[in-house]
Amino acid sequence: MGRSYRIPLPALAGASLALVTTALLLVFFVVPNDLNQGFSQRIFYFHVSVAFTAYACFAAGAWKAFVHLWKRDPRADLESYVAIHQGVIFGVLVLVTGSIWAKISWGHWWLWSENQLVLFLVLFLFYAAYFMLRFSVDPGPQRANLCAVYALFGVVLIPVSFLAIRLAQKFIHPVVFTRHGPNFGGWMLVAYFVSQAALLVLAYTLYRLELSGKRLDTRLRELRRAYA
Amino acid sequence: MTNAEKYVTAAYCAIFGVVLLYVVIMALKLQRLEREVDALAQRPPRERDEDQDREPVQVG
Repeated sequence: MGRSYRIPLPALAGASLALVTTALLLVFFVVPNDLNQGFSQRIFYFHVSVAFTAYACFAAGAWKAFVHLWKRDPRADLESYVAIHQGVIFGVLVLVTGSIWAKISWGHWWLWSENQLVLFLVLFLFYAAYFMLRFSVDPGPQRANLCAVYALFGVVLIPVSFLAIRLAQKFIHPVVFTRHGPNFGGWMLVAYFVSQAALLVLAYTLYRLELSGKRLDTRLRELRRAYA
Repeated sequence: MTNAEKYVTAAYCAIFGVVLLYVVIMALKLQRLEREVDALAQRPPRERDEDQDREPVQVG
């Protein structure tokens, strides 16, 4: 996300396509069936990757918000907004794929007793409310500052959401990454890392695409005002 | 198709469906911006630009 050198958007789109295709081939044709969950465990590779990507987007949004407050750079405000928007989109995907996996594994679409699920929902709703704040204030430095402070508060929820499952005494949500490393290996680990890389690159591509659109929109508005 | 296969297919379709929808929305937005740029390019130059081209003269 630096400004000195940027990978061209078509190259990023090509890398996303190649990585996502490789990940899908690994998930559906290479990785063996899980002993406990069987075929349905294949949701894991994209569900967990999407979740970490959503966390990464929210963290990037908070970082850009911090940069905005520090340097008073309006570009950082727009970048923070776009990163949070990406995080919310990936957040929707986490909730949808998680519910589908919960239904087949636990027999329920949603369990309110699961801290991991509820805390992720809280994190998601917190960032969904970010847009209500942003669009209820007139554009300008005040809106940028308010949104930046809000985005920074939200980042506290990320480690809480991530660690909730480890802090809980009773849980049924599976833990795959422990202090001793991942609970799986071989092709499963390879498929997970490729899926994770694919979704991070995909998210970055979509981020750059949306950012280009937003910047063009802003520039057009300025030109329209100048021509009026 | 087994029950597990149906659920896994639904999960992956949801992911790619949302990504596709997002890309379509972005493409439509970029098309709109392109139309607006074209419309702006076809407008005559504003008067202020013409004023800037004039020779400055001292007043008073």
